[in-house]
Amino acid sequence: MADQDTIIIGGGHNGLVCAILLARAGQRVTLLEACPTLGGMAAEREFHPGFKAALAQTLYAMPRSLIRDLDLASHGLEFGPEPLPLRPLSLSAPPQSINGESLAGAADGDAEAYLKYVTMLKKFAAALAPFWERTMPRVGATGLPDLLTFGKLGLKLRLLGKDDMLEFFRVATLPMRDLLDEHFSDDGLKAALCWDALVGSQLAPRSPNQAVLTLLNRMAGKDAGQHVIPKDGMPGLVRALESAAVQAGVTIRTDCSVKTVQIEGDESGQHCTGVELESGETLLSDRVVSSADPQTTFLKLIGAQHLEIEFTNRISRLRNRGYVARVNLALSALPTFQGLDSPHGRLIVAPTMDSIEFAWDAAKYEELPASPVMEVLVPSLQAPGLAPEGQHVLVANVMYVPYDLKSGWTPGSRDELLNTVLRELERYAPGIQELVLASELLTPQDLASQYRVTNGHWHHCEPAIDQLLMMRPTYEAAQYATPIPGLYLCGAGCHPAGDVSGNPGRNAAKEILA
Amino acid sequence: MMNRTDILRSDTSDPFAGERLKVSYFHDREKVLNLRDAWSSWNGFKFADYYYDVDYEYFCIRNTCGTYDICPMQKYLIEGDDALRMLNRMVTRDLNKLRDNRVTYVAWCTDAGRLIDDGTVFRLGENRYLLTCGSPCLAWLRKSAFGFTNVEVTDATEDWAALSLQGPTSFAVLQRMGLDGVAALKPFDIGHFPFLGGTLMVSRTGFTGDLGYELWIDPELALPFWDALYAAGADFGIQPYGESATNMARLEAGFIMPYMEFNEALKTVNFEYDQTPFELDLGWLVDFKKPHFNGRAALLEQKLNGPEVVLTKLNIEGNKPAEESILYSDKKCSREIGYVTSAMWSPVVKANIALAMIDTAALKGEIWAEIYYQRELRHHHKVARCTIQSKPFWSPERARLTPPGLL
Repeated sequence: MADQDTIIIGGGHNGLVCAILLARAGQRVTLLEACPTLGGMAAEREFHPGFKAALAQTLYAMPRSLIRDLDLASHGLEFGPEPLPLRPLSLSAPPQSINGESLAGAADGDAEAYLKYVTMLKKFAAALAPFWERTMPRVGATGLPDLLTFGKLGLKLRLLGKDDMLEFFRVATLPMRDLLDEHFSDDGLKAALCWDALVGSQLAPRSPNQAVLTLLNRMAGKDAGQHVIPKDGMPGLVRALESAAVQAGVTIRTDCSVKTVQIEGDESGQHCTGVELESGETLLSDRVVSSADPQTTFLKLIGAQHLEIEFTNRISRLRNRGYVARVNLALSALPTFQGLDSPHGRLIVAPTMDSIEFAWDAAKYEELPASPVMEVLVPSLQAPGLAPEGQHVLVANVMYVPYDLKSGWTPGSRDELLNTVLRELERYAPGIQELVLASELLTPQDLASQYRVTNGHWHHCEPAIDQLLMMRPTYEAAQYATPIPGLYLCGAGCHPAGDVSGNPGRNAAKEILA
Repeated sequence: MMNRTDILRSDTSDPFAGERLKVSYFHDREKVLNLRDAWSSWNGFKFADYYYDVDYEYFCIRNTCGTYDICPMQKYLIEGDDALRMLNRMVTRDLNKLRDNRVTYVAWCTDAGRLIDDGTVFRLGENRYLLTCGSPCLAWLRKSAFGFTNVEVTDATEDWAALSLQGPTSFAVLQRMGLDGVAALKPFDIGHFPFLGGTLMVSRTGFTGDLGYELWIDPELALPFWDALYAAGADFGIQPYGESATNMARLEAGFIMPYMEFNEALKTVNFEYDQTPFELDLGWLVDFKKPHFNGRAALLEQKLNGPEVVLTKLNIEGNKPAEESILYSDKKCSREIGYVTSAMWSPVVKANIALAMIDTAALKGEIWAEIYYQRELRHHHKVARCTIQSKPFWSPERARLTPPGLL
């Protein structure tokens, strides 16, 4: 007999959220994490003695309702006093700062335009928000719940009023460049505003597809998409989730890598019977929920022989190339950025939308960008525990860095990228290179091996129109259940998508308990 | 090196060389015998519709023997440690039961259980299988092989010169050729025989429902082999036959034909205008004891609910072939219940036969065919009563006897 009702593969935030909700509903849940620590991409890593960073360094997409439902505050989750401002860096213009609905230091007309712009987006985000938190309907299904979901989406959009609804349809798949050119005049401002729609995806400002939808998804988070850092950094969130899981009775095993999901078959068909660990140990359970990315789950842990051929083909064809590299710096002191009194907030190094576009152009052809664009953050300002006293951690999300480099990833090409990033930083923060005690570069390939995510994609697979909603990750696996009875998905490769939102984990739990 | 089948494409003085059909390894002999120049094409090969006279060729199949060129038939080698697992997941039948040097008839379906194609699997060795089918299937095989580490799929269509030898004297011809041991081959057995320093593979298979063999030889030996076969067959009425006679023989045997009985699923545009094995009365090919194969869930659902239509063998009164007829549940033709997919007057059975796709719910009631025909350009129609036949129209004992009779 099985020792647990459910095995959850992966102790990232989605695995933890799903585990908590299932355990609270009375299931015996065992959660297996391959790494020594929980948290997945939000896990804290010491990259230099005394200096720590996580890949997901800020929180923005997690809905207030989830934080409340999981009672994470009582498990120690605290936030700093205010969200982080978004600040386009400029070598010549006066500094600008975007903070929620306010835009400081803007050129003529842009501040007014910004209020109009953000009000419109917030309205759209609010209309869509409920859909990130529910299972998408099955296409062709005529059951009441499926029809209701369709109906509610239609109603929500209609309730925007005719003009706003039409405007939503007009802008929903617009390239960010068109949307921003329509509203704003300042180049640096436009580049900074498109960042949150593009980061982590295979899109640049001129790309049509899902940039606006991604932005709206992120804006459904607790502070309308503004980033916050938990008091103890992202580990604060992970510890709160772990505490909630332990309290709910989840058995957590770290350093416990799953080799295969066990599938047995007889005349009644196939079903899931548990997992085999790398150690050779077998754990029995009729239900296995994987938060690993879809290709890892289906092609590595299960294997094509247990799947349908066209389904396997769609999984193998998923678009999931990661294009973000991470640079972590251990700094001996706080760096000074030109024109800023403090490097507080998210600093965008991208003078124009074209600078982002050109970086993407290079990456498309598997080359390094001549001038990388990046989002820079000094998280130790909010979470002092990340660095020794008086010293700081600087993290930079660098776009666009291809998974495969035409010339191959060698020590030389790694140095070249790191030096380019440091040189670019030096322009905005003269003297910063002298503060660097240690540096770490994580290319998409490094992210793939470090976090066991195929092709190092932040969101497991590209959150694009063809891989969103009832198509995420692909039809027949888009409602958390999979073609194999007993096997479920609960990771970023599910609806609604990546980022630290917890929605895939919560939706999967609801679906399993339904 | 240019393949010999591409010979018509190699003439640099021909402005249409790139558009020319390929030719079979047996073309040099066939072109002499194709007295009517009745060529059509199959999979890009120049292919005889008939050689001399359709009815003559048909009667050779039923009364003496004939050869049908299967060089254009698609042949794929599936090899490696995972070959069996890969094929077994693709086809609906359980290939674990297939022994060395045996052949089995198989079908394969999309995820939704719609028939992609049917064909035969030859088990040539432990990790070596030959799959044959009517239409190119390489893309599907590649998709099916994805995720299996040790399996290699090779298009071997032009690696063999192959002939189908069918008819009651076929065994006698092979005996006359001196193939020792061919008598022991049971239906679906494979045997190997030395031939001019090479190896002739003989499988007791075919598409006519009668005694017959398929003969597989190195392309280099194609013409000497043809000559030896025709020399041995001279006293046994051997004659090449084409597509038209094949189509008559296979209908009498109750075999399905693509673009007659079924539309290949991967080439079907309209929703569910393709078919499932259950709709084609091939449920016996679907082995649910196998825990997984492609389309299993969809097919199980159809099996439980029963298919809405099913391919049915009909005997039709009168002698007017019911080609393209619509079927009704009453003589007044007021309620449509199906349509005929293939029909003919069967000389050997002496019956007016047809295959028809009929609403399952209507099978218990009367079935009437509205038949259109013309007599010296005057068009007529009649409504004929149909009765369902469960067994193949033509299935002689001699097709199954081992050793076969010498007739």
